[in-house]
Amino acid sequence: MMTLSETAVAGPSFELTEEQRMLQDMVRDFATSTLAPRAAAYDRSCEFPHDNVKEMAELGLLGVTVPDTYGGAGMDTLAYTIVIEEIAKACASTAVIAAVQNSLVNFPLMKFGTEEQKKKYLPKLASGELIGAYSLTEPGSGSDAVAMQTRVRKEGNKYILNGTKVFVTNATGAELFIVYATLDPELKSKGVCAFIIEKNYPGFSVGRHEEMMGVRASGTSELILDNCEVPLENLLGTEGEGFKIALATLDVGRLGIAAQAIGIAQACLDYSLGYAQERKQFGKAIATFQLIQNKLVEMAVNIDAARMLLWRAAWLRERGQNFTKEASMAKLFASETAMKAGIEAVQVLGGYGYTKDYPVERYFRDAKITQIYEGTAEVQKIVIARHLTNPA
Amino acid sequence: MPDILQKAITQPPEASPEGGHTQVLLDAEHLAFRAELRAFVLREVVPIAEDYERAERFPSDLLKEKMAPQGYLGIPYPKEWGGRGLDYLAYAMAVEEFSRAWGSLGIIVAAHTTLGIGPLYNFGSESLKKAWVPRLAQGEIIGSYGLTEPQAGSDSGATHTTARRDGDGYILNGTKVFCTNATHAASTTLTAVTGKDAESGRSRISAFFVPRDTPGVMVTKHEDKLGLRGSDTSTVILEDARVSEHNMLGREGEGFKIFMQTLDNGRISIGAMALGLAQCALDEGLAYAHNGLGLFKSLFAEQETLALLADIATDISAARMMLYGVAKLKDAALPHTQEAAMAKFFASEVARRATDRVLNLLGRDGGIRHDCPASRAFRDVKLCTIGEGTSEVQRLVISRELLRNYAKGENK
Repeated sequence: MMTLSETAVAGPSFELTEEQRMLQDMVRDFATSTLAPRAAAYDRSCEFPHDNVKEMAELGLLGVTVPDTYGGAGMDTLAYTIVIEEIAKACASTAVIAAVQNSLVNFPLMKFGTEEQKKKYLPKLASGELIGAYSLTEPGSGSDAVAMQTRVRKEGNKYILNGTKVFVTNATGAELFIVYATLDPELKSKGVCAFIIEKNYPGFSVGRHEEMMGVRASGTSELILDNCEVPLENLLGTEGEGFKIALATLDVGRLGIAAQAIGIAQACLDYSLGYAQERKQFGKAIATFQLIQNKLVEMAVNIDAARMLLWRAAWLRERGQNFTKEASMAKLFASETAMKAGIEAVQVLGGYGYTKDYPVERYFRDAKITQIYEGTAEVQKIVIARHLTNPA
Repeated sequence: MPDILQKAITQPPEASPEGGHTQVLLDAEHLAFRAELRAFVLREVVPIAEDYERAERFPSDLLKEKMAPQGYLGIPYPKEWGGRGLDYLAYAMAVEEFSRAWGSLGIIVAAHTTLGIGPLYNFGSESLKKAWVPRLAQGEIIGSYGLTEPQAGSDSGATHTTARRDGDGYILNGTKVFCTNATHAASTTLTAVTGKDAESGRSRISAFFVPRDTPGVMVTKHEDKLGLRGSDTSTVILEDARVSEHNMLGREGEGFKIFMQTLDNGRISIGAMALGLAQCALDEGLAYAHNGLGLFKSLFAEQETLALLADIATDISAARMMLYGVAKLKDAALPHTQEAAMAKFFASEVARRATDRVLNLLGRDGGIRHDCPASRAFRDVKLCTIGEGTSEVQRLVISRELLRNYAKGENK
């Protein structure tokens, strides 16, 4: 069986390996039969989908790229993006939960964690025994992460953290949190540290649950750190290395969000295409009208282009090359594709698309966040522009 | 963030974000009416909008107790008919200002005024008008409209609802869907097939005014919608509902023409609604940029944001000129099918882009939160590219009119 890294010698492959195809089929079956029927109810109730998460864990989808020595599936980046895309086609909330676990929690632990930290946490994360969350954003520091105000100080044999974090995906369902804090805001990026925090540490609590327009079941909440005590050994990386960890994590995270966006866009296309072939007006299926065909074609072309951008970024990463620009490009293009597809899917269904009897209005609401989290579309453009004007 | 709206609404006209164009286009009476509307909206609508929207509460109390006394439920109808006695331009401005604060209120007023009362006022018999128009225009009762059917959306000529002659009346059977206001309305104006044209074989469609308490009229299925959740959208079912022949609007077979004319006017309302929602997004974007939250401190050059606000404001200004222009055409009783379609198409697409882009600007500092007015406008505005004819239908209407006028020129 060829793996991606073997085929990569000659260039990127447009074909999935047998292993990746089997994974895609398996996740697609699971998402269609199990996640899709629950998606509307979770969207409505905003409850954290514990059953979805448990079943994903059983299929190994919460540790896709974690090496098998740590209990993971040991697969590559492309496999990971396939998993997220397939889940997002059925339920965008569940997809972001899986994306956070895989790319924002497992990844920084694998890359920057000590052997002890990896042994302690990775097997439990990969098996779903622990659900993870990631916490960088603060009320006054969104796109501008360096402006963070959450403080950390060392006191005896522990770190003490104080501050408030917002928009923490998975927070209501998670037991383990990667949290950033600064030794001193004056130090700017050099003062940032990353910590591994267990839910039961003194001074740690989950605050207000956000009611959001989309990805409503993603457990997004505030975190409150009130003299939160963290053992010294739970510093991730070294003191002051946090900003570097955050940036590296965001590169990987953007692949997950791009995959989520592509999944949402594909769901929009699939549903619109089916509807347009069924729905008759003026005596003909509306799919025979040029204006409707135009929408379906635009969706299909953009989705394919987005997927190719994503696969290129995944391929670069597997080769160990810098993929920051390519991850930003994939995330930017995929999220714009998802938003456009959401808009047009509602339009194809017309009045019916505006109701909750059909899933497309949910796709439309879910699509918007992909242009905002892991860096807004505007931030992606800044990242890309920097690489264009200062090539490495 | 009502303080943002408060600031925007209480600004003097020359300082308001819509710029100076309207100073030229509007006379003193319209400017005074706009000031009155803004004061009303700020006092009565802004404080309740989010709560009602969240609770999916139809604002019967607001309509009856606050808006009816001001004449806001019959703005373009003469005072002797119970209306406010203003023109269609004033009415369009009102829908715009209501929607700027609360999209649901905009569509409720639009559906009641243009669709619920319009066909009755323009095509009803004198006795039918006397019995109903004053009560509707004074806001004592609310009106609704039924054109769309499960299989007749954009193809509204494919109506299945039938009206069978029965002595001095008609017996109606069929289903109308997506009827705005229907659950709370005392009447529905609707279309039904009254026969087949012998030559073309096409259905002959007629228009009827159907009181809600007619036996056989049922209102069901309040739609659960993406946005405009404070407004009501329901299904009207007719099962052997008998109405008098005096309840026919216009003559037998004129129903499709009457409803298409009504849609010309309805498109002005939906354009006005889109404009108000776009303005709501701009209001929030301006307040955000003014307060310099988050983005501007370090990472961002401000150019992008400034350009974004300029783009939106320019788009809105152009849409407003088109919209007020077509309202004036209607007030001058000039043909306005093409212009109404253009204004509605342009305003709704402008509004969709404006709400989308402002949410990116606000990002997580509010844009994605469910209760942020710009986020509500983003959800509400999608209906504007669908209702009263989708953007695709508008473009077909516009091109048909263009080609028709071109052919006229060729023949001369």
